[in-house]
Amino acid sequence: MLSLFVIPGHDRRLIPEGRLSGPMPWVIAIMIFLTVLATAMGLAFAEAGQKVSDQLSSRATVQIIEANPVSKAQQAKDAAARLRGMELVDEVRVLPPEEIEELIAPWLGQTGSAQGGSQAGSLLEDIPLPALIDLKLVRAAGARELEALRGAIGPLAPSALIEPSSGLIAPVIALVRSLQWIAFGLVILLAMATAAAVIISARAALNTHKETIGVIHLLGGTDRQISRLFQRRIALDALLGGILGLICGAGIILLLGMQLSALGSGLVQSLELSWYSWLIIGFVPILGMILAMVTARMTVMGALKKIL
Amino acid sequence: MNEIVQFENVGLRYGAGVETLSDLSFTLYPGSFYFLTGASGAGKTSLLKLLYLAQRPSRGLIRLFGEDAVTMSRERLPGFRRRIGVVFQDFRLVPHLSAFDNIALPLRVAGVKEKDLVTPVAEMLDWVGLGDRAEARPATLSGGEQQRVAIARAVIGRPEILVADEPTGNVDPDMAVRLLQLFEALNTLGTTIVVATHDIHLLSKVPGAQMMKLEKGGLSDPTGSLRNPPLPRDRAQ
Repeated sequence: MLSLFVIPGHDRRLIPEGRLSGPMPWVIAIMIFLTVLATAMGLAFAEAGQKVSDQLSSRATVQIIEANPVSKAQQAKDAAARLRGMELVDEVRVLPPEEIEELIAPWLGQTGSAQGGSQAGSLLEDIPLPALIDLKLVRAAGARELEALRGAIGPLAPSALIEPSSGLIAPVIALVRSLQWIAFGLVILLAMATAAAVIISARAALNTHKETIGVIHLLGGTDRQISRLFQRRIALDALLGGILGLICGAGIILLLGMQLSALGSGLVQSLELSWYSWLIIGFVPILGMILAMVTARMTVMGALKKIL
Repeated sequence: MNEIVQFENVGLRYGAGVETLSDLSFTLYPGSFYFLTGASGAGKTSLLKLLYLAQRPSRGLIRLFGEDAVTMSRERLPGFRRRIGVVFQDFRLVPHLSAFDNIALPLRVAGVKEKDLVTPVAEMLDWVGLGDRAEARPATLSGGEQQRVAIARAVIGRPEILVADEPTGNVDPDMAVRLLQLFEALNTLGTTIVVATHDIHLLSKVPGAQMMKLEKGGLSDPTGSLRNPPLPRDRAQ
């Protein structure tokens, strides 16, 4: 590929190269800008999906449904003690009533207990909320292993239910995965559009330099010699446009990143790009240039084959 | 004497029209000098196109340097084209290149190193009287100067065959004689020369040259030389 850029100056002059003079670098810049955004979106969703999935697939919640608050608290305490001794379980935490109230506050509003218990009528007194035990497992557990946990605490808390957190978050994960694939689909569509733009540009350039190409052919120039001239010209256009698109795209991503981290919300905050995602994004202009170069070569070689 | 070009029953038709060239059969020998004459529209340029491999015939056989040029693959054509020098009727100079770069083009296409081409190109520029116009673009040159650049480009690579389509059409009589002397000098070095012209006065300027006359796409052979190998030029003179 290096030989592409070390074509002697006199050969380069055969096909005049006006830097940023035609629409091609600007079209490529826009395409790369959009590709950088779509790639960043796809990678951010992929990382967020993975992160959330990793965090939640090894977690489960035990619900103890018992109307009598005293019995409920005792069952929760006994079940937690039993679970702590199990090999599959890494951490066990019984959620205090205030935290349970906070969890349901978005739907039912703040209650007395959640506000410090000074107001009359705690929600826990009015509604028989279940006791909750948050489990962190040593690994993602299957249905059979969860059933074994349930069996272990069954004699202590007959009404206990164990729900894996992954089941609750599954629709969110599915949505994140869909968004990720949509983003990568956009990248493919943009690559196709870039290739189409290069084909049009290469054909236009061939048409513009038809006479020169004819002379080079008749003087014994090969298709390869001629196509190298066009490849180089289009590759440089693509690289210049690509760098411009990358700078703009990276700027937007950084700006959005700062705004997202300011939100401080769980899933949104996990939409961060790791260093290797940035590395992939950095390669987008180079990949764009290679795509443009290969497309230009195929287009020019195909067109030249129609000429004797 | 081995033939350098051999045509057998060659016909050329553009599209679905009538044949521009019909039943051409002749042989050209190495180191010979040929004039191709004929009225305007007789098919001189079409015949030259077949010779410099810009066109394939519609029928017949063409052998060039001993190989079948009709069925030759595209990939092999550049190698054969480098052995043929062409002076186009419309010059076909690359407009954005200087006179120097236009003349150097065949050498660069053939992969000659830059340091090895400066001297021959400068000498060729001097020979065609354009030593002081090396950096001039074709648009700034007169018709005659452009023609001289085109001729210099055609001969710089010491081709085995030189094909020239009306090479003296735009130059004054003195320059025409000088150009013919250049062709003769090349011919003496072994290059086969084919010059298409409608200027019959040129024919007398090259003693021993053979004449091919095209009439309505067919070849007449007034000297009979095309049927038999011509005499060596030193004996013909």
